Amino acid sequence: MLSFELFLPAFLAVKNGFVLTLTITLASFVLGQILALPLALALNSDAKALRIPASTYTFLVRGSPLLVQLFIVYYGLGQIEAVRQSFLWPMLRSPIYCAILAIGLNSAAYSAELLAGAIRQLPPGQWEAGRALGLRSGILMLKIILPQAYRAILPAIGNELVLVMKGSTLASAVTVMEMTGAARVFVAKSYAPFETFLIAGVIYLLLGAVFGRVFRFIETRAAIPGR
Amino acid sequence: MLDALLQYRGQLLQGLEITLIVGVASFLFGFLIAAVLAPLAVYGNAITRRIIMGYVGLIRGLPELLVIFLVFYGGTVLLTKLVGEYVEVDALTAGIVSLAVVAAAYLTEILRGALLSVSAGQWEAALSLGFRRPRAFRLVILPQMMARALPGLGNQWLVILKESALVSVVGLEELMRKSVVAAGATHQPLAFYLAAAGLYVIVTAVSNLLFKAYETRLTVHLR
Repeated sequence: MLSFELFLPAFLAVKNGFVLTLTITLASFVLGQILALPLALALNSDAKALRIPASTYTFLVRGSPLLVQLFIVYYGLGQIEAVRQSFLWPMLRSPIYCAILAIGLNSAAYSAELLAGAIRQLPPGQWEAGRALGLRSGILMLKIILPQAYRAILPAIGNELVLVMKGSTLASAVTVMEMTGAARVFVAKSYAPFETFLIAGVIYLLLGAVFGRVFRFIETRAAIPGR
Repeated sequence: MLDALLQYRGQLLQGLEITLIVGVASFLFGFLIAAVLAPLAVYGNAITRRIIMGYVGLIRGLPELLVIFLVFYGGTVLLTKLVGEYVEVDALTAGIVSLAVVAAAYLTEILRGALLSVSAGQWEAALSLGFRRPRAFRLVILPQMMARALPGLGNQWLVILKESALVSVVGLEELMRKSVVAAGATHQPLAFYLAAAGLYVIVTAVSNLLFKAYETRLTVHLR
């Protein structure tokens, strides 16, 4: 049923989307991680004015599909006059930037909950010890709490990177020709869905395996020797 | 903006119904598959365990959208070859099959973990009380396993519900697709996508409450 002479053209078609897939994945992941930190701190904050908006944000983002969020960003935001007048409009008009923004905002909500949970899990003695040493709260957070929290969630962050990679396929729904989009176009031309999607699948699996390796390497580097 | 929403209210609710049907059906089928695979992954021989864990690893690494495309376009080609004339796989079937295949992998992992967390002493105690294996499993192991699996199952239901939006890409008339059509017809994308997001959030919030309530009931003995 599989015809092997189709594998090469299918590979050539799919590989054109590889760079876009990688770009969207890495950019949204980085954006998500950057936004996750202040969001996580707000989730754990004593001030209601910070905690409630942050938890509402994560509740709404985690409660609705990424595809809807992507469509809100790509199709919906342009409907608001103020957005069209703003300096961000040239970026928000581009489907690639919209995909990065939507996936990044989505990943930020999940990562923030992870990080906030890890911070809550730390024994209270860590805070007490820091304060007893006379550290100001910013330094205490930076030098004592966050390193431990990040070390604890490192495997989960690696998982999040793979989830972001899987999410990047949705960009094909807003006309971005990343791997899945390129594969779909090639299927429409060649009528060879098995060969094409199998090749795309293998590339995704390999990419996921590489991400897994990278994170395992970071984990061993970040681990405390002897523990 | 509100007029347009009100005008398409019926359409959106119809879409929500299809979304729920797809979600529930794929969760149930996925659960049935997982209920067979998980015990095999724990008690089966080495080869069976390998194969099942391979399946789980494979699905977890593949984007869901790709699985949906593979089932939809692949299924169409396969059926066309089998029947001899062009047959398109119906989007509802393709959606349920692909989401069930994906869900089965994650649910297997959840049930396997829950099964492993029931200590071997429970088996020994049940067998020494004279239960036969099937009865010991049903009356002693299964209830404990389910109580532990429940948070994971609830999570997976929410994941499936949200993934069902992806099936709109192959044309299934569920909530997302209805919103796309309405947004196109009225030129009010923001209103319709926000409304769709709101409906998804309501369903997930209600499901969360139900799962939490059921969980407190199942775990009375742990308090």
